[in-house]
Amino acid sequence: MKKIEENIFKFLMILSASLILGVLLFILFSVLKRGLPSLSWDMITKIPSGGFYLGKEGGIVNAILGSVYLIVGAVLLSLAFSIPIVMFINFYLRKKSYLANISRFSFDILFGVPSIVYGAFGFTIMIYFGIKASLLGGMITIAMLIMPILIRSIDEVARLVPNELVEATLSLGATRYEMVKVMIRQLMPGITTAVLLAIGRGIGDAATVLFTAGYSDNIPASLSQPAASLPLAIFFQLGSPVEEVQNRAYASALILTIIILILSFSARYFSKKLSKHKV
Amino acid sequence: MLCFTLLSLLFLFIIGVGLFVKAIPILHDKRLWVLLSSGNWKPFKGEFGFLPYILSTFYVTLIAIVIALPLALLTSIYLTEYASSRIRQWFNPVIDLLSGIPPVIYGIWGVLTIVPFISNILAPKFVDFSTGYTVLAGGIVLSVMIIPLIISIMTEVFHSIPKEMREASLSLGATKWQTIKKVVLRKSISGLIAATVLAISRAFGETIAVLMVCGNTPLVPHSLFDSCYPLPALIANNYGEMLSMPNYEAALMLAAFLLFMIIIFFNALSRFILVQIEKRYHE
Repeated sequence: MKKIEENIFKFLMILSASLILGVLLFILFSVLKRGLPSLSWDMITKIPSGGFYLGKEGGIVNAILGSVYLIVGAVLLSLAFSIPIVMFINFYLRKKSYLANISRFSFDILFGVPSIVYGAFGFTIMIYFGIKASLLGGMITIAMLIMPILIRSIDEVARLVPNELVEATLSLGATRYEMVKVMIRQLMPGITTAVLLAIGRGIGDAATVLFTAGYSDNIPASLSQPAASLPLAIFFQLGSPVEEVQNRAYASALILTIIILILSFSARYFSKKLSKHKV
Repeated sequence: MLCFTLLSLLFLFIIGVGLFVKAIPILHDKRLWVLLSSGNWKPFKGEFGFLPYILSTFYVTLIAIVIALPLALLTSIYLTEYASSRIRQWFNPVIDLLSGIPPVIYGIWGVLTIVPFISNILAPKFVDFSTGYTVLAGGIVLSVMIIPLIISIMTEVFHSIPKEMREASLSLGATKWQTIKKVVLRKSISGLIAATVLAISRAFGETIAVLMVCGNTPLVPHSLFDSCYPLPALIANNYGEMLSMPNYEAALMLAAFLLFMIIIFFNALSRFILVQIEKRYHE
């Protein structure tokens, strides 16, 4: 009798695990199936031409490059804050410092703040400082979105650094600042993984850039110009009544999915490399 | 470095205050309770009733949790207690990928598959007509999006339970399933609640994917096959264009502020529980 119950539940467990796997494959398959026929070389090399949104020629290189610019800026901006913060709470404060715990806790909460709130908040700051919807505005907002991700995942590896390593460095006469430089080097694979994760999250998020980065058919030439982005390109094209434009939305979705797949697998690769070097 | 750290601590506070200050004008005009309980949304006449949006958000989240929770719980038990390490290693990338897929792709998937499925196959069995852009579609898409989050937290919670406890139960003659039911699940109940609360707050704030599949009509939905209009979708669709209308911006900022506060509260609660669990077994 007990065995029957266990077997029923075991069956249900395997069923739900396979269902989840099935849904993932289903999502990838449906994007691939609808996106592939409309994918062409023009899509990724040309900017939209005059009648692009009526189904005429052109591509979405403006959105691809726009997304790349946005994310590169956002990651650099965000790293400038997150690396000092992680180093500080791990190597400057005591092991069970109150400040470090509060800080970790608040980043856990910030991680849960939805991107639309960052978008709305980013937009109010931009109005306050008189910045129009632009590449810069988008970078700042995405930087806010990915900062908790960067800090949390770098912190996770920084906590694993053995105390002996810190002590050994200090005992050789290094100052705290020099010790931190050694630690950054030690943490490099972890930082790389964190950056890849953050890029994946930031590049695919539409709600943050909706108000803050604007949209443009041209490739942005300066920080104050509006920039197109991939998720918004998908979103806007899908809203079009013209079928060809909708098909391009599916192709754009495929491009974004491929980018995400590459990022995800390289993040795995780096984190495997990381665990190999663990002391 | 100290400055950065302190600044980042203030960050949550700054966001909250920033949103609140922007929402003040509408709170001067109307009482908060009136805004929350009224179903009239007529920005041109200055009427801002949030009820349809709040109920939409609530229904969509409820459906998502009802679907996601059993699937995620069963999968997490399977992964931690039964699955061989090979299966586990093989399944991790699946979870990673699911959580890495951007919302807009989930939206596309919903539009391509879930919406037509509801409109052509499911809805005709129950109601006369449905476009497919419904509460149900939003709930299904959302459930897939929160599953990876629930699984990753639940597996962590299960792992945090000491092996000795399981062994003690097994050595007393309990079967594996009895051990899971009576020891593992009972011991991790607070963690499971925390995971669920975290998933709820993630579902509350999800914007683009839900916006793409749930129809966006500002009415209180009466069935699974009605369209709905959650709060984040309201902000996303209207913000940035409505600066000329009096109080419209303030109303949307109030929506963002409410969303922010609810999510902060839920997050703080569940993170607190999770920190306690970690402390209990690892010190």
